[in-house]
Amino acid sequence: MSPDAKPILTVNGLVKRFGGFHALDGLSFHVSSGEILGLVGPNGSGKTTAINVISGLYAPDGGTLTYDGASIGGMASHKLVHRGINRTFQIPKPFLSLTVRQNVEVALAYGRAEVAPPKLTDLLEQYHLAELADRPAADLNSSQQKMLDLVRALATRPRLLLLDELAAGLNPTELDWIAGHIKALAQSGLAIIVVEHLMGFIEQITDRVIVMNAGKEIFEGTLAVAVKVPQVIEVFLGGEHGA
Amino acid sequence: MPSFVRHMLLIVAPLMAAFAILPGVYDNHLLLFNFVIFLILAQGVNIIYGFTGYLPFGYVGFFGAGAYGFAIMVMHLQAPAPLAVLAAGVVGVLLGLLLTPLLRLSGAYFAIANLAAALAVLHFVANPALESITKGPYGVALNGTFNPTLAYIGAVIILALTLGFVVFLRNSSFGMALQAVREDAVSAAMAGVNVVKMRVIAWLVSALVAGLAGGVFAWYVSVFYPDNVFSSDFSIFAIVFALFGGVATIMGPIVGVIILYGIYNLIGFTTPQYFQLIYGVLIMALVLFLPAGLVSLATRRGWNVP
Ligand SMILES: Nc1ncnc2c1ncn2[C@@H]1O[C@H](COP(=O)(O)OP(=O)(O)OP(=O)(O)O)[C@@H](O)[C@H]1O
Ligand SMILES: [Mg+2]
Repeated sequence: MSPDAKPILTVNGLVKRFGGFHALDGLSFHVSSGEILGLVGPNGSGKTTAINVISGLYAPDGGTLTYDGASIGGMASHKLVHRGINRTFQIPKPFLSLTVRQNVEVALAYGRAEVAPPKLTDLLEQYHLAELADRPAADLNSSQQKMLDLVRALATRPRLLLLDELAAGLNPTELDWIAGHIKALAQSGLAIIVVEHLMGFIEQITDRVIVMNAGKEIFEGTLAVAVKVPQVIEVFLGGEHGA
Repeated sequence: MPSFVRHMLLIVAPLMAAFAILPGVYDNHLLLFNFVIFLILAQGVNIIYGFTGYLPFGYVGFFGAGAYGFAIMVMHLQAPAPLAVLAAGVVGVLLGLLLTPLLRLSGAYFAIANLAAALAVLHFVANPALESITKGPYGVALNGTFNPTLAYIGAVIILALTLGFVVFLRNSSFGMALQAVREDAVSAAMAGVNVVKMRVIAWLVSALVAGLAGGVFAWYVSVFYPDNVFSSDFSIFAIVFALFGGVATIMGPIVGVIILYGIYNLIGFTTPQYFQLIYGVLIMALVLFLPAGLVSLATRRGWNVP
């Protein structure tokens, strides 16, 4: 991607409070089409909350979200999906009693993909779910359910994809495999935000990372640089102690 | 053959035929009528509970409101009965609209709030201060429209429409999206589904169904008191029948009504002294051994139950 490409998403001074607690406390960053941005930080630093606010699960309490030139803060999730934002969940959330196929069919029918959505059989094939197509999603193991989350998201043809710990729990072979898929998606033009604790994985796929602590960014740049910044090192060690 | 047509031909049509023929060969017409009413109500519960997960403990509120909607149309506006039945449906929908804020609640909170709402409507209707409009606690007598034969036909038509809607739910992406909302509202939104809109639609359709049923019931019985048409038996029976058969299917509530309401009447006639006991034991056995209803006997084996 070209470094000066116009961002598809700009997050500016984002605030999200739960009671008196500031889960997001002035978070700012941006991401462009074709780019894979890593979002890292210790447990509880607000990564999932950031994804939840961007995907419309919570309305922000302050700051702005600009997507595709429009302000989207507080917009309902399904409308954001129709505009091209989608996500996976840290704890996967499939429709348990529906079959794998039906899980995806709902998204195909209601996602209002702007361009023709990918074919269901191709999607299931690519993410190793074809064999399970007619089983209820409840029969899937956790990483398969994460793949189903991803397939459901892709069925709506997102232009901005938020992946919350998609790789956690995968074995090394599977990690390489999913890394390849994520990179290919970015190459096809998607902007992708990847939340992950596995630094090797982040290193392998991201162009740039944002390091978060206590609800705001404390570093922006490449991971190689990040690991040499004293403030970042301290946060991660402090996070370990705190956790 | 598309499955929608197949379900209409193999399930709905034979049932309609049965209810067309039965009055000619079976004398207890009131019982037949009650079967039709409970089939309608059980499918109404199926629409809201089976497809969206809201357990309507106060479902009878719509039924009673519909019955009184019918009565008021007939008493005060001299409306012909079929029109008054339609008005009863409208009353159900209006009450549903009024209660849409309840959809923000979930689980037991929704069930209890819905029950409270039904009681509120009962006490509103039965309020002696409203005697000039509803006849308050003294009940209504609608001799002018009394026509059990036509009312029975009306009930069968309402049943056909209700079943048609459930067949649609079973065979459309709309019905699948509703089930997605029931399973996980957040994920449904991420599939692009407008969760609030879907819930409201299902809620209003289910209110419409109960309102129409209440209207046609009022037409059939023509004399009733608030306690009759707001009896919590209607809610409980409709819920138990639907659950017993298995919700989110077309067949489940039908099987549930035929078996349970059948047994109910059988025991009621033969050994009324054991009635409550046997019925209670049956329902407990169901909850313990078949929480997903009778149809789960088949779905567990991998058979698809329409
Ligand atoms: N719905 C909520 N209600 C109250 N507090 C919340 C809620 N969601 C998140 N929090 C709090 O906000 C903080 C940030 O949580 P968040 O889940 O965003 O962290 P995270 O960076 O994703 O952590 P992890 O790496 O463990 O997933 C935590 O202290 C969490 O307890
Ligand atoms: Mg998280």
